[in-house]
Amino acid sequence: MTPTIRIQREDFDLAAEIAALSAGRRDIGAVVSFTGLCRDEGGTLAALELEHYPGMAEAEIARVAETAAARWPLMGLLAIHRYGLVAPGEQIVLVIATSAHRRAAFEAADFMMDYLKTRAPFWKREHLADGTTGGWVEAKQEDDDAAARWS
Amino acid sequence: MTQAPAPSAAAAVPRSVRLVYFAWVRERVGLADEQVELPAGVNTVLDLVRWLKTRDEGYAAAFADETLVRAAIDQSHVKPGAHLDGAREIAFFPPMTGG
Repeated sequence: MTPTIRIQREDFDLAAEIAALSAGRRDIGAVVSFTGLCRDEGGTLAALELEHYPGMAEAEIARVAETAAARWPLMGLLAIHRYGLVAPGEQIVLVIATSAHRRAAFEAADFMMDYLKTRAPFWKREHLADGTTGGWVEAKQEDDDAAARWS
Repeated sequence: MTQAPAPSAAAAVPRSVRLVYFAWVRERVGLADEQVELPAGVNTVLDLVRWLKTRDEGYAAAFADETLVRAAIDQSHVKPGAHLDGAREIAFFPPMTGG
């Protein structure tokens, strides 16, 4: 099983990605997906700008995916992360894990998101509804704590 | 006093590395990337951070909190004590906020 990793400016289609992962297969019993969206933060946010480290973003998510694939019996694993400007309501990130039974897919998708948030080289900057550019989003301790629970 | 021979030929060769900066580290430094010759005595990521801080106030601001800025060597995360031997590209950036 080779994980699929894509870093792209464009939006993605959850249904199309699930269809591609399950096409022609009869052995998959569970598909778990997580989609992260851009919030408007109570109407104050106009957009998020996502900066990334080209090359390392793909490489690091691939390393996390290989760890997940070694830890759970997965049949498929996909991660897509967007960069550039993303408006409230739009999709930012997608993780899909497939397996024979649900537990592996649930846990692998959860693990992927926890590790992706703390290890994938992406940084968010806020563009505010009043037209000004806000600050860089600060990393949260709870995200580090969430990743630490897997070790 | 005669100088002791260099431990190896490689150690005497100037070590040219590409530095890349992201997010607020990039903004404070004022550059997205640059090529630098590592001075003698700069052997680890932390050595490099401490040398960069002496270059000007932008670097000093970017690396004011030495424990906050993260680093990668050749696109893999490293700790401050990591050695720079053979490094081609060294990146500095804030804690990540993707996902």
